[in-house]
Amino acid sequence: MTTHRSLASITAIGAMIAVTAWGQAPAKSWTVPRTPDGTPDLQGVYANATLTPLERPKGLGAKEFYTDQEFAALMKRIQQGSVPEEADLGNAAPQDVRYDLSLYGFDVTKATLASSKRTSLIVGPEGRVPPMLPEARQRNAERAAKNKGHEFDSYENRPLQERCILMAQERIPMLPGAADNNLLQIVEGTGYVVLLHEMDHSTRVIPTDGRPHVSQSIREYQGDSVGHWDGNTLVVDTTNFTDLSAFRGSGEKLHLVERFSRPDEKTLLYQFTVEDPATWDKPWSAEIPMAKAKGPVYEWACHEGNLDEFVTILRGARVEEEAEKKVAK
Amino acid sequence: MYKLRKIVVAGFLVLGTVPAWGQAPAYRAPRTADGKPNLNGIWQANNSADWNLQGHSAAQGPVYALGAVFSIPPGLSVVEGDEIPYLPAAAAKQKENHANWVKLDPEVKCYLPGVPRATYLPYPFQIVQSRENIMMAYEYAGAVRTINMGAPTKAPADSWMGWSNGHWDGETLVVDVTSQNEDTWFDRAGNFHSEALHVVERYTPRSADTLNYEVTIEDPKVFSRPWKISMPLYRRVEKDARLLEYKCVEFTEELLYGTLRKKASK
Repeated sequence: MTTHRSLASITAIGAMIAVTAWGQAPAKSWTVPRTPDGTPDLQGVYANATLTPLERPKGLGAKEFYTDQEFAALMKRIQQGSVPEEADLGNAAPQDVRYDLSLYGFDVTKATLASSKRTSLIVGPEGRVPPMLPEARQRNAERAAKNKGHEFDSYENRPLQERCILMAQERIPMLPGAADNNLLQIVEGTGYVVLLHEMDHSTRVIPTDGRPHVSQSIREYQGDSVGHWDGNTLVVDTTNFTDLSAFRGSGEKLHLVERFSRPDEKTLLYQFTVEDPATWDKPWSAEIPMAKAKGPVYEWACHEGNLDEFVTILRGARVEEEAEKKVAK
Repeated sequence: MYKLRKIVVAGFLVLGTVPAWGQAPAYRAPRTADGKPNLNGIWQANNSADWNLQGHSAAQGPVYALGAVFSIPPGLSVVEGDEIPYLPAAAAKQKENHANWVKLDPEVKCYLPGVPRATYLPYPFQIVQSRENIMMAYEYAGAVRTINMGAPTKAPADSWMGWSNGHWDGETLVVDVTSQNEDTWFDRAGNFHSEALHVVERYTPRSADTLNYEVTIEDPKVFSRPWKISMPLYRRVEKDARLLEYKCVEFTEELLYGTLRKKASK
């Protein structure tokens, strides 16, 4: 119930400057339209930039929502540039390295943002990722230790993101925080929903006919996704991950359930629950409003432009080793 | 005599139901809920066009250790008239590409394939139709393109998969593709194009489980006239057919970066 009541307060805002006090009345006049096939029409382009941090700031204890007054005050502080720990600015935070979007004529304060009065994206009284189980901690520590000191030995030692195999913003479940390339396009056809991430053109074509997952012998970085409609909500169930998919340290037994719905015309509500008995002692869930954005989604190609950069990283390491050898002599 | 005449007449009747040569077959596809021909499904070419659009004999593959497992299968031409009308300088470049294809072919490097090559790569692709857009998702490299079915729009920049505007011409989905960059090829035989490439694709249902795929290729910097390819596409009719993940980047890393691996210290 809190979930649904809070929907009324989740509103897309065009820009931080445009933040106004949100009305308390639920958007009762709006019902999600239908596609010609009769399924709820979630289609469109949405941006997942948000000001809400994933985990609740510790000082807030079990407080799950801001009051209207607190929320307005918080927004005001953000507009004045005083970045409180309550807001994980993501999109709006000034960036000085590499992707200074203002260089390209983008005004980050005009980014499309969706906002909620939640104090954290993770729902529930704790508002934080549950502690990692000792075995998971050990598994992750061992992997990190194995790579330590060998980070530049070969391509295998580089992160998946740098290798253009799995980018942060294409990973599922989708977490906000990206300064760019944070669009998601939804297209519905008969019996299928397509989820296209702007980041590295990552695409999931999800059958909604109730079929089971592929055989356990098939493992995929993005897992195997099957879906169904639950009223006006698309529910997507994903398993068959690889042990390299590692969402916040998870293993290959990760089980992800995502729910997509449209509480109002301008918002896609993205909710997910993850469970992995080999990583956390209990499932945890988050809720992320996404704001309707202007398309189209342009092509984002990573690997095709990665050769020079990647060769430079590894060649640099080899040149350094040679230089060190000479010094040793 | 009478009997013979009857047979001749019957023959005429049968012929009469066959469309004149070169015309689209008179098959009417099932409709989507909004009344358009329903092309939804997983499709795949079943030929060796990705090896060479033109007619070609079987040949030894580039990796001797793989023997018969990875040698080049023979194939009939999918090019109308079996001639690709290269301008002289471009013809020479194609020969050079062909001679060095393992080194130069963007498919070897897992680069996005461009159109039309994406269609006849030896992997399935899926069509998902909505009113506003038609998505084409390809298993190879997770390539994808969104075909805009509304008023035609212009690309802001060139890209690997180009810019697709579509419309319906009776039973046929017509897709106009522009703004492809010059870095994709048509096949493993080094057939290529420039950034001036203009592709018009026609997808026409010919039976419940087959489509005719016809493409007109125009590029005044490389070819002396427009030319055409055509082939059937087949529905993957397996009950559980679906696209799987073929993220091929990691299969190219040893090739691209292997020489930069740290040497084992002695």
